[in-house]
Amino acid sequence: MAEYLFLLIGAVLVNNVVLVKILGLCPFMGVSKKLETAYGMGAATTFVLTLATGASFVIDHYLLMPFGLEYLRTLSFIVTIAAIVQLTEMVIAKTSPMLQQVLGIYLPLITTNCAVLGVPLINISHAHGFVASLLFGAGSAIGFSLVLVLFAGIRERVEGAEVPLPFKGTAIAMITAGLMSLAFMGFAGLDRY
Amino acid sequence: MDLLLAIAIMALGAVVLGAALGYASVKFKVEGDPIVEKIDAILPQTQCGQCGYPGCKPYAEAIAKGEADINQCPPGGDEGVRKLADLLGKEYKPLSAEHGQEKPKAVAVIREELCIGCTLCIQACPVDAIVGAAKQMHTVVASLCTGCELCVKPCPVECIDMVPIPETLETWKWKYPVFEIKPAESRKVA
Amino acid sequence: MLQQLFRFQGGIEPAYHKQESVREPIAQAPLPPRLIIPLHQSIGGTPRPVVAVGDKVLKGQLIGAADGWISAAVHASTSGTVVEIGPRRIPHPSGLTTDCVVIEPDGEARWIERAPLDYRAMAPEEVRAYLQNAGIVGLGGAAFPSHAKLTTAKGVPMQELVINGAECEPWITCDDMLMRERAAEIVAGIGLFRDLLQPQRVLIGIEDNKPEAIAAMTAAVRAAGESFEVIAVPTRYPAGGAKQLIRVLTGKEIPAAKRSTDLGVQCFNVATAYSAWRAVAHGEPLISRIVTLTGNADRPRNWEVPIGMPIDALLPLAAPRPDTDGVIMGGPMMGFLIPALDVPVIKATNCLIAHSPSLFPPQPPEMPCIRCGECARACPHELQPMDMYWWSRAKNFGKAQEAHLFDCIECGCCAYVCPAHIPLVQYFRFAKSEIWAREKERKLAEGAKERFEFKQFREEREKAEKAEKLAKAAAAQAAKKAAEAAAASAAGSTAPPTDAAEAAKKAAIAAALERARAQRAAVQARNTEDLPPEKAREIAAIDARRQQAGLEPAAATPLGKEDA
Repeated sequence: MAEYLFLLIGAVLVNNVVLVKILGLCPFMGVSKKLETAYGMGAATTFVLTLATGASFVIDHYLLMPFGLEYLRTLSFIVTIAAIVQLTEMVIAKTSPMLQQVLGIYLPLITTNCAVLGVPLINISHAHGFVASLLFGAGSAIGFSLVLVLFAGIRERVEGAEVPLPFKGTAIAMITAGLMSLAFMGFAGLDRY
Repeated sequence: MDLLLAIAIMALGAVVLGAALGYASVKFKVEGDPIVEKIDAILPQTQCGQCGYPGCKPYAEAIAKGEADINQCPPGGDEGVRKLADLLGKEYKPLSAEHGQEKPKAVAVIREELCIGCTLCIQACPVDAIVGAAKQMHTVVASLCTGCELCVKPCPVECIDMVPIPETLETWKWKYPVFEIKPAESRKVA
Repeated sequence: MLQQLFRFQGGIEPAYHKQESVREPIAQAPLPPRLIIPLHQSIGGTPRPVVAVGDKVLKGQLIGAADGWISAAVHASTSGTVVEIGPRRIPHPSGLTTDCVVIEPDGEARWIERAPLDYRAMAPEEVRAYLQNAGIVGLGGAAFPSHAKLTTAKGVPMQELVINGAECEPWITCDDMLMRERAAEIVAGIGLFRDLLQPQRVLIGIEDNKPEAIAAMTAAVRAAGESFEVIAVPTRYPAGGAKQLIRVLTGKEIPAAKRSTDLGVQCFNVATAYSAWRAVAHGEPLISRIVTLTGNADRPRNWEVPIGMPIDALLPLAAPRPDTDGVIMGGPMMGFLIPALDVPVIKATNCLIAHSPSLFPPQPPEMPCIRCGECARACPHELQPMDMYWWSRAKNFGKAQEAHLFDCIECGCCAYVCPAHIPLVQYFRFAKSEIWAREKERKLAEGAKERFEFKQFREEREKAEKAEKLAKAAAAQAAKKAAEAAAASAAGSTAPPTDAAEAAKKAAIAAALERARAQRAAVQARNTEDLPPEKAREIAAIDARRQQAGLEPAAATPLGKEDA
C-alpha cells in the first residue's frame, strides 16, 4: 500500500512530468496564459492520461508482448491515444456542451502531448503492473495539472507586472518555468522510504 | 511471418479504433458551432461591412472557418483584435490597413434641410436607426446609430455627416493614472 | 449608555483640522451677481428645464423638473431673471460642461408661495413625490435623491433608521455646525423620516470628537419628546461611510450587491433630514446648503450658501492666503480639485478647501507595490486593495471585478497608508469607469445585433411575400391562358391539345417574367427619376459596390420596402 502511495506522491511532486522530466512542455507554455484554460487543460489531460496508461498497458501486455511486437509500441500507443482523445471529445461534445466549452480546443491538443505518450512508455520501462501503471498515469496527470495551474496563476500576475521589454512574453515565462523547476527540485528524496 | 503478423495486428487495431470513431462520429454528432457565437459576442455589432462580410455574424463565421483573419474589424479596434486573438489562441496582429482604421466613435447626422426623402439611407441602415418616409425628411436616431457609415455613400445629395460623439459627463471616464492631474486623494494631509 | 457599539475593520486616523472652521457660527453668504444652477445635480436622470431665457423667477421656483424616479427637481435659489440656459462648467473632476440655468438676482429674494405640508394626513407616496419636487437629495456628498430611499424593501420590516452625523472626513464641519445650531429642525426631519419608514429604532451616530453637536442633538431629542438614541461613535475615518456607520451602530454588515434596506436598515445624513423638514414644514425647496470654507485661509467658517453661487464669489469670504493654488471640493480624502474657480456650489458641495502646496504637499512619486498588505489592513471594507490595484493597473478588468472592485467605496484609506505612495483609488476609479463603459457598449452592441437580425428577417419575409404574390398572379394568368387554349383546341385546332396547354403555360411564365421585369424597372426609377445623369451613374456605382460586398441582395429594388 505504502508503495503505491509513494509512487503517487513521486509522480505528482518528485518526478513531476513537466518540471523534472521536462515532458509536455507545449501545453505547459501554450495554455498557461489564463487560469481558466489551465483548469480546463488540466482536467482534460488528467482524464485522457489515466485512460491512456490503462489502454496502453492492455495493448502492450495482451497484444504486443504475446506476439513479440514490442517494437511497435510507440506506433500503436500514438494511434490508441489519438483515438481515445477523439472519442472523448465527441462524447463530451454531445453529452456536456458546458464541459466542451471549458475544454474546447484543448482536447485535440492532448493528442500531440508528449507527456501522454511518454508516461505509458515510462510505465513499461519501469515494468509497472496494471494498478501501478494507472496510479503512475494519474499521478503524472495530477502533477501536470498542478504545475500548469500554478504556472498560469503566476503568469497572470506577471502579465500585470512591468517586465523589461526583452523579457516580455515567452521569455519571462521560460524564466518563471525554470524557477518553478528549481523549486520542485526541493521535493527530491520525498519518495524514498 | 513476423512482418505479416505485425501488419495484421496494426491493421486490426486500426480497424477497431476506426470503427469506434466512425460509430461515435455518427452517434455523437452535434449541430452548430459554439465558437461562432463567442466570436460574434466580441465583435462590435456595428454591421458596417468594413471587414468585407455583410455583417458581424458572417464575419464571425468566416473567422471560425479560418477564411478571414482576426484583424479586419476597425470598429472593434485594437482591443477587439486582442480579444479575438485571446479567444482563438492566435497571435495578435495590428489592424489590417486595407479594411480601414480605428476611428473615434461617431454617429450619422442628416442635414435635414438638404434631405430629399429618397429613403436610400433607410434601406442602407443595417440596424433600422433612420426614420422617415418617401419624400419626407429623414433623421437618425442617435442612440441606435452604430456609426457604420453605410448610409453616407447611398445619399444622393450627400447630406449625411459622421459626427464624432463628444465626451459628456455620462460618458466621461477616469483616466489611467499616469500623467494625469492629481485629484485630492493623492495629496493628503500628512 | 446601554448601546453596544461594534467596530469596523481598518480605517485610519488622519489629522482632523476641524477646529479651524467651528470658531464662528454659520453665516449667510451674500448673493452673488450671477447664480449658475446646473440641472444635473443628483444621481439619476437630468431634470428638464421648465423656464426659458428672459423669464422672471421667484426664490424657490421650479426650474428643472425631475426626470424619472431616480432624479430630483432643481429650483431657483433666489428671485431674478433667467439670463442663460446652456452648457457651463460644473464642479466635476472632468471639467466638462452640462446644461445650467444662469439667474441674475434682482436682490429682492421674493419667495414663491410657501405653505406647510400636513404630511401626516397624506399617503407616503404623496410625501415622497413632494420631497422629489422639493429637490431633496442626500447632502452627505453623494446627492442620491432622498425620496427614493424612503421606501422599505419588500417583505423586510424596517428595523433601524440610522442618521449619519459622523462627518468623518478631515476639515469638514458643516454637519457639526448644523447640529449645534439647528438641532431641533434636524430632529423634526428625522421624525418625518421615521413616520415614512416606521423603523423600530432610530439611531443618530455622531463621532465623539463633536461633543457640542452630541449635546445639542441630545437636548433637541429630549425637548421633542422623541425616543431617538444619540450615540457617540469612536472617531475613526471612515466612520461616516454609510456601511461603516451601520456596522458600528447595528452590528449589521451589508453584503456585496445588497442594499441596506434588505437588512432592514436605512441611513440618512443629518443635513438631509434638516432640508427635508424645511421643505415639509416651511414649503422651502432645497435652494441652499451649509458649506465649510476652510483650508489655506485666514477666516475659515461655515456659510449658508445659495445653490449655484460661483466659487470665485464665495471663496473670498474665507480670505484665502496668497499661496492658494486650487480648491478641493469635498474632503481631502474623497474630494477632488475643482477644474476652475468659476464653477458653482451644487447640492453635493459640503466643503471647499483652499489648497496650497505647503498644506497638501505633492504626492511623492509612485513606487512599485511590494504587497506589504498595509492597504488591506486599512481597508474598512475588508477588501484586498493590492489585488484590485494589480489587476486594475494591468487593465485586467475581469480579475479586478473578481477582487470585488465594485465593493470599494473609494474612501482613500489604502492610498493614505500606502508606503509606496501608489494612488490606489485613482486606479480603482479608472477600472470602474472602464468597466461601466464596456458594459454600456456591450448593451448597445446587443441591441444593434437584435435590430440587425430583425431587419434581415423582415427583408427575407418581404422577399418571400413578394415571390408568393408573383407566383399567384402567374398561376392565375396561366390558368386563363390554358382555358383559352383549351377553348381554341376545342374549336377544332389541328395542334394536339397537350402541346397547346404547354405552350400556353410557357407563354404565361414568359409574360409573368416580363411583367416582373417591367415592374422592377418602373419601381427602380421612381425616386431617382429627376436626378442628373452623373448622379444616376454614381448611384449605379454605389449599388454595384454594395452588391459586390453582398450587403444587398442582388437586384434589390431601392423602394422595395415601400411596396410591401
